[in-house]
Amino acid sequence: MNNNGTLSQQLITIPLENYVVLCLILFSIGIVGILMRRNLIVVFLSIELMLNSINLMAAAFSSYNNDPAGQAFVFFIMVVAAAEVAIGLAMLVMIYRNTKTLDINALNKLKW
Amino acid sequence: MTQIFFYFLSGIAIASSLLMLFQRNAMYSVLYLLVCFFAVAGLYIMLNAQFLAIVHIIVYAGAIMVLFLYVLMFLNLNTQATFSKSNLLRIAAVLTGGMVFILLFASFYQTQLTYVADSLHAETGSVQTLGKVLFDEFLIPFELTSILFLSAMVGVVIMNKKESSNE
Repeated sequence: MNNNGTLSQQLITIPLENYVVLCLILFSIGIVGILMRRNLIVVFLSIELMLNSINLMAAAFSSYNNDPAGQAFVFFIMVVAAAEVAIGLAMLVMIYRNTKTLDINALNKLKW
Repeated sequence: MTQIFFYFLSGIAIASSLLMLFQRNAMYSVLYLLVCFFAVAGLYIMLNAQFLAIVHIIVYAGAIMVLFLYVLMFLNLNTQATFSKSNLLRIAAVLTGGMVFILLFASFYQTQLTYVADSLHAETGSVQTLGKVLFDEFLIPFELTSILFLSAMVGVVIMNKKESSNE
């Protein structure tokens, strides 16, 4: 492999720790979004952000450990996320039809 | 050079995801998350995961975000709905998120990450390798995802059927 050395160097100049910290920051932002916003769509977007950060971390570990199985796993997570978004948005449209709002507090009967 | 690019992309990702949180209009939130997803796709390319970068752009930017925008336009929320939580709840949310971050960061700080630095192969994330892995090792899960998609599609159609047609 002729470009092996350059790739190794390129990956080593950015240590794996940087990727992990970036993913942790994005994950925490997602958690803040879920807790802070009352718009159902933004809550849903925050869930997507959290899924994305985990995907990025799995891909980083897979690249740095030279194991393509991790990236196959990320692929499956993306597939499940797409199905989840389809179902979730259908539920969101249904909620909007029944309550005429996207406020999360319209669903406060689910609290207890 | 690579480092500058990494910090640039991660800065874009973090800034746009923060901007997503603090938008009043949900439409702008979706667009900012789109920017964040493109930055993440750039990070995938930096990890040499070409296949994942392409799939990420196609699935997230191409399908999921369009679905979000479609639903937003479909619901026609032109009332500029501003559901504002009380400031106390906001501060509590930020504090909780910060504490989760500190917890995760502390546990990360204690861990010794191991990887073999000198034997990284360029084609770990290439389409060829991942195709072989997907159709060899993960053949049955790969086929099961098609069933998952089919059931998701059927579920969506049934869920959003008009309920007035009960005879």
